[in-house]
Amino acid sequence: MADSGQAAETRRSDGAAANSEIAAAFDDGPAFIPYLAVGDPSYEASKAYVEALARGGADVIELGLPFSEPIAEGPTIQGAIVRALEGGMTPELFFEFVEDVDVDVPLVCMTYYNLIYQYSPPGSDERGPEQFVARAAEAGISGLVVPDLPAEEADPLRAACDEHGLDLVFIVAPTTEGERLQSMMERVSGYVYVQARLGTTGAKSDVSDQTDRSLQRLSEWNVPKAVGFGISSGEQAERIVASGADGIIVGSALVDIVADGVDSEWSTAETADKLEAKARELAEGATRGQTEPAPSDE
Amino acid sequence: MPGEFEEYGGRHVPEALEEPLAQLADAFDEIVPTDEFQTEFQYYLKHFGGRPTPVFYAETLSEIYGADIYFKHEDLLHGGAHKLNNTLGQALLAKRAGKDRLIAETGAGQHGTATAMVGALLDLPVKVYMGEEDIKRQEMNVFRMRLMGAEVEPVTRGNAKLAEAVDAALEDFAQNMEDTHYLVGSAVGPDPFPRMVREFQSVIGREAREQIQELHGELPDACVACVGGGSNAIGLFHAFKDDDVMLYGAEPGGTGDSHSAPLSKSKQEEPEVFQGMLTKVIDEDTENHSVSAGLDYPAVGPEHAALQSLGRAEYHAISDEEALAAFKELSQAEGIIPALEPSHAIALAKKLAQEDKHDTLLVNLCGRGDKDMQTAAEHFDLS
Ligand SMILES: Cc1ncc(COP(=O)(O)O)c(C=O)c1O
Repeated sequence: MADSGQAAETRRSDGAAANSEIAAAFDDGPAFIPYLAVGDPSYEASKAYVEALARGGADVIELGLPFSEPIAEGPTIQGAIVRALEGGMTPELFFEFVEDVDVDVPLVCMTYYNLIYQYSPPGSDERGPEQFVARAAEAGISGLVVPDLPAEEADPLRAACDEHGLDLVFIVAPTTEGERLQSMMERVSGYVYVQARLGTTGAKSDVSDQTDRSLQRLSEWNVPKAVGFGISSGEQAERIVASGADGIIVGSALVDIVADGVDSEWSTAETADKLEAKARELAEGATRGQTEPAPSDE
Repeated sequence: MPGEFEEYGGRHVPEALEEPLAQLADAFDEIVPTDEFQTEFQYYLKHFGGRPTPVFYAETLSEIYGADIYFKHEDLLHGGAHKLNNTLGQALLAKRAGKDRLIAETGAGQHGTATAMVGALLDLPVKVYMGEEDIKRQEMNVFRMRLMGAEVEPVTRGNAKLAEAVDAALEDFAQNMEDTHYLVGSAVGPDPFPRMVREFQSVIGREAREQIQELHGELPDACVACVGGGSNAIGLFHAFKDDDVMLYGAEPGGTGDSHSAPLSKSKQEEPEVFQGMLTKVIDEDTENHSVSAGLDYPAVGPEHAALQSLGRAEYHAISDEEALAAFKELSQAEGIIPALEPSHAIALAKKLAQEDKHDTLLVNLCGRGDKDMQTAAEHFDLS
């Protein structure tokens, strides 16, 4: 533990990723990072969907591990979580899914702290972050995002991530400043999730100018900045990358397609095709954003 | 970490909610102790709310139970429950902190009603989230809220009860935090809510501690209160915490395996992170249920989890049947119809008295039973 703490010190001060695959995802061009809830609406369907996202150009994929009490999620993601839980998703099945899914991009697990805090591997009495991270690492997870874990309380999880070579991503809100911003900077690795606007998750057509200000506030951070919350089109992806983001994160706009598929009873293949097309639109938008000159301030 | 009660409490929320909660905590720390705030708060508690509420010696019940039973008459507070202490405090604070809209969750509708009351009084628009199941069983309070101008938004997700109403209110808050104050109705949720609600409710115990000494000549042997989230209980207990007085919480034991009693009936030892706090929650395979909508909540305020772990307070489950029996017994013995929530506390006081544990018990009669007449009419066949 003392050794990994030491390593953590060095890593934190230079901001490099703990996990080389995540670092590589930002190496050539802006990263497109889609999110889906695993098990929405079933294990098999969501496997097809995640694989479709990879074909569509995902550089990293955030996999939601559903939790029954997500705090302050918008109705879109809540709907996905409810469908996944009704479909029988559990932490164990989630890890099997990670082992099973056929993609070759790094996978980041997004979940709530209660599941990590409560996690106990089958047949074990021990519970907590160390157990969760060990199992996640074994399954092939490269990083974690835990929205309701304050950075000041993240040390046990950070230590476990260091020990197992996982990145720990924090979400910076438009209102994050001062000590909380500092705490995150000291503990983040992989990338920082820049929340584009206030409110809950959900696809919105406007891209807030809060994003520009947030990116500016983080400009001296060494870690890649991925912007999320409300991105739903290639054109928005382009604009956000043009204004300085190193990556874009898209959740609700993709979950909306899964929900439409459930409502309209599309086949799994049909929904997967639409997801792949949307992913391609977003990935291409992000790439265009980097080649276009950044818009001037005037 | 702010708001810790031993290992419990904290502020486990997404980063976007951290800032408004930190600002609220600062406003609470800075504004509430000032003379200006206190003068205004006390003024409304007295002239609008009707404080102080009396302590009453229940002669007939004392004879039946074999111990002296005193009631703190919070059912006589304007609105019919202890809830106004908290809604007045928070609304006055919110106004001074520059918020111009109130939202709230409600279970029994008592907190929603008390929020609607202060919204009308202080001219703040109010939106109340209420589970559809609770709307059905507490219809009278829905009418009261609407009559006072509040918007009542039915919540249909999940069990469509109190916990889901809290979720819906948190989402509204995340969306509108710049101008909106989330007026949390019990001593639950992320910091600063548990300590803020305790502060505003602690007037119950402060008054009762003086009143019972006047009436009875000394402190009671024990205080008893029902525990949903735990606001009326902590409001009573707080003034007695350094006294040689036992503290008892009555949790809703429900029926069979279904209950909302995390401190007395859960098998699981470990706390959970739930709705922004680290606290005790009912087991995953337990169906959340209580005959009283106001106690029908799967978790408990973090300070109660701490008081239990310290051995300073005890928590016991009272079943639906026991609570209903106490409801009827008090109505007949004393001419007081209690709410179903404090009926749990009365039933626990009866048990403690009959087990000869204590000679003098102070029970928080935290609400009146008008809202429960439909349930009572069905249960006791009154029509
Ligand atoms: C009369 C009454 N008592 C008790 C409660 C439970 O809340 P708490 O445990 O916060 O006092 C309620 C909640 O609605 C109520 O209406």
